[in-house]
Amino acid sequence: MPETRTISFGEAVNAALRRSLEERPEVLLYGEDVGVPGGVFGVTKGLHKQFGDRVFDTPISESAILGSAIGAAMFGRRPVVEIMWSDFFLVALDQVVNQAANVRYVSEGRLTAPLTIRTQQGAVPGSCAQHSQSLEAFFLHTPGIRVCMPSTAQDAYDLLLAAVDCDDPVVVIENRALYHAGKTEVEVGGPVAPIGGARPRRTGDAATVVSWGTLSSQAVVAADSLASEGHEVEVLETPWLDPFPWDDVTASVARTGRLVVAHEANHTGGFGAEILARVAESGITLRAIPQRVAVPDMRLPAAPELARAVLPDAAGIADAIRRVVS
Amino acid sequence: MTETDRMLRDLRDIWRIRLLEEKVRDLRASGEIVGSVHLCIGQEAGPVGACDALRPTDALFVTYRGHGWAVARGVPVVGILAELLGRASGVNGGRGGSAYFSAPEYGFHGENSIVGAGAPLAVGAALAGRYDGTDRAAVCVFGDGAMNQGAVHESMNFAAAFDLPVVFVCENNGYSELTPIRDMVRHDVLAERARVYGLLGERIDGDDPAVVRERVADAVESAREGGGPVLLELMTARLVGHYIGDAEQYRAPGELERLAEVEPAARLGRALREAGVPDADIDAARADAAAEIDAAEAEALAATPADVETVRSHVHA
Ligand SMILES: Cc1ncc(C[n+]2csc(CCOP(=O)(O)OP(=O)(O)O)c2C)c(N)n1
Ligand SMILES: [Mg+2]
Repeated sequence: MPETRTISFGEAVNAALRRSLEERPEVLLYGEDVGVPGGVFGVTKGLHKQFGDRVFDTPISESAILGSAIGAAMFGRRPVVEIMWSDFFLVALDQVVNQAANVRYVSEGRLTAPLTIRTQQGAVPGSCAQHSQSLEAFFLHTPGIRVCMPSTAQDAYDLLLAAVDCDDPVVVIENRALYHAGKTEVEVGGPVAPIGGARPRRTGDAATVVSWGTLSSQAVVAADSLASEGHEVEVLETPWLDPFPWDDVTASVARTGRLVVAHEANHTGGFGAEILARVAESGITLRAIPQRVAVPDMRLPAAPELARAVLPDAAGIADAIRRVVS
Repeated sequence: MTETDRMLRDLRDIWRIRLLEEKVRDLRASGEIVGSVHLCIGQEAGPVGACDALRPTDALFVTYRGHGWAVARGVPVVGILAELLGRASGVNGGRGGSAYFSAPEYGFHGENSIVGAGAPLAVGAALAGRYDGTDRAAVCVFGDGAMNQGAVHESMNFAAAFDLPVVFVCENNGYSELTPIRDMVRHDVLAERARVYGLLGERIDGDDPAVVRERVADAVESAREGGGPVLLELMTARLVGHYIGDAEQYRAPGELERLAEVEPAARLGRALREAGVPDADIDAARADAAAEIDAAEAEALAATPADVETVRSHVHA
C-alpha cells in the first residue's frame, strides 16, 4: 500500500532494499560490511537480521563481489551489491566493462545480468584524492550499463527500485553527504517506475541548467539567485544518465537558447561534454556560448580549504548562468 | 645499548605514536581536523620495531592507518600534524590529509587509501633497485582484510617469481572495518598463504617491538641478499574504532578491557618494571614523548593554512 513517510536519503535506500528483498525472492544483497554491521553508513541496517543469508558481508574483494553478482545474475538471482566508494570500482572495472556490459549483447540476449551495483561518491571535506572522485563518466562510456545518480530521498527510493526491476546491469551512484542530511516526505510502496526520465526542479525561459548528483540542489540555489536578478532559469535534474532524457534536454534548450551543465566530475571527458555535443548536433541555435561547470582537470586535495577552491558550487553555477544570460 | 635502554627507547617511541594519535583524535573531535581519520592506537609496536630494521634508502608503503609508520620512519611529528590540519607546512601542503600523505625524503613513500594498492608499488620499488645498482629493500604494510585483495596476491607472486627484495607486512588486527577477518576466510593463519607463492611466511607477535625488529631485520636482510620476498603477519589489535565515530558493535563483551591488559605500552612497562627499571624512568619515556607532541601541536596549529594559490600545480610535469 502506498504511504508517505518522513525519512532520510539513507532510510529511503534502506526501504527500497527491504521492499526488493520482500517482493523478490531472487534478490541478494551483499558487499563489504553490508550484512551484520548494516553498512559503514548504516544504510543496510536491519536487513541481515530480517532476511538472513540473503544479506551478507564479503571479503574486501571487489572483483569477486562484482563478478559473482554477474555470475549469479546469469543464473537467476537478482543481486544488489555494494561498492563502498566509487573509487574502489577501479580495482575491479573489468567486471563492469568487459563482463557485465557484454553478457546480453554477445549472447544475443540468451544470457542476461540483471544486477544492481550501489555505490556512493563525491567530495566531502577532508576526504583524500582516492575518496573524492566522481566517476560516472567511466560507466557512461560503457554501453550496456545503466547509470543513475539520485539526489533526493524520493529518487533514492524510486530509482533503486527501478534499478532492481531492470533486466540489465545498473550502477546506482549515491552520495555519502546525503545519507543523513535531513528527512523529507517520501512516497513508498507505489508502483515501480521504469528507468529513465528527467526531473524539472525549476521552470524558466532565460536559460537551461542541467545537473545531477549533489550539484542539482546547488543549481537550484544558483537559479534562485538569478531570479532575484530578473532571470528565470530552468533547472533540469537528470538523475538518470543512462538512459539520458535527451528529448527533455533538447526541448528545454530549444526554448531557452542558453545552456549550462554542472557536474562534480572532472571537466575533460565529463558527461557535460556529451550534452554540449548532442545539443550542437541537434542543430539548435544557441544564443550564448554554452557553459560547463566542473572540477578543473586535476587531482583533489584533502585540505577542505584547498578542495573548496576547486569544487563547483552554487556561486560557480550562478556565474556560469550570468555568462549565458548577459 | 643495553637491553633495558632499548626497551625504554621503544616505550618512548610507542608513546610518541600513541600520544600523537590521541592528539589527532582530540583535534578531530574539536573540528580542527576534518574528515576520515584512522588511528593506530594499540598497533604501535609494529612500526616502532620494523622501522628500526630499515635503512634510510629502503622503501616503505603503508595504508591510511599510517601515522605511526610515518613517525617511526622519522617524519617530523609537526609535519604530520600540519598535514592533517591542512596547513601549508604539512608534509604534502594539505593535499594528502590523514589518509594519503607521503614524505619520501624520510623514506616514507606514502599512505594509501585503496586497500592493497601499496603492494604493487613496493614491488616496483624493489624492481627499480635491480636496475639502479642499489640493494634497496621495499616494505609494504597492509591489514588482514587486504589479504583478500587481488593486488596483494599478484604482488606476492610477482615479487617471488623475480626474487625481489620485498617484505610484505600484514598487520592482523582481527578486523577489516566492522567485519572480523575470521568470518571472511576459511583458514585464518594468513601467513600461511605465503608458502603457495614460494615466499617465506611467518606469524609473529606484532605487539612486541623487539620481536618485530628482529623478524623484520632478518626478512629484509634475507630478501636483500636474494632470498626472495617474505610475508610477516604481525598479530596485533586496535584499541579504538576503525574510524572515528565507529560504534564498535562488533567487539565481544569485555574485549577492549582484555586488550588493554596486553597492549604494547602496558606490556613494555611491566617488562621494564620486572627488569628493575625505576618507575621514574618508565614515566619519563611517556613524559618526553608528551612534551614533543604538545610542542608539535602548538607549532602546527599556529602554522599558516594550505596555499590555495598553488592548488592546481603539480598535476603534470
Ligand atoms: C579497494 C578498497 N576496498 C574497500 C575499501 C574500504 N576500506 C577501507 S579500510 C577497509 C578495511 C581494511 O581492513 P584491513 O586490511 O584489515 O586494515 P585495517 O583497517 O584493519 O588496518 C576497507 C574495507 C578501500 N579503501 N579500498
Ligand atoms: Mg584489519
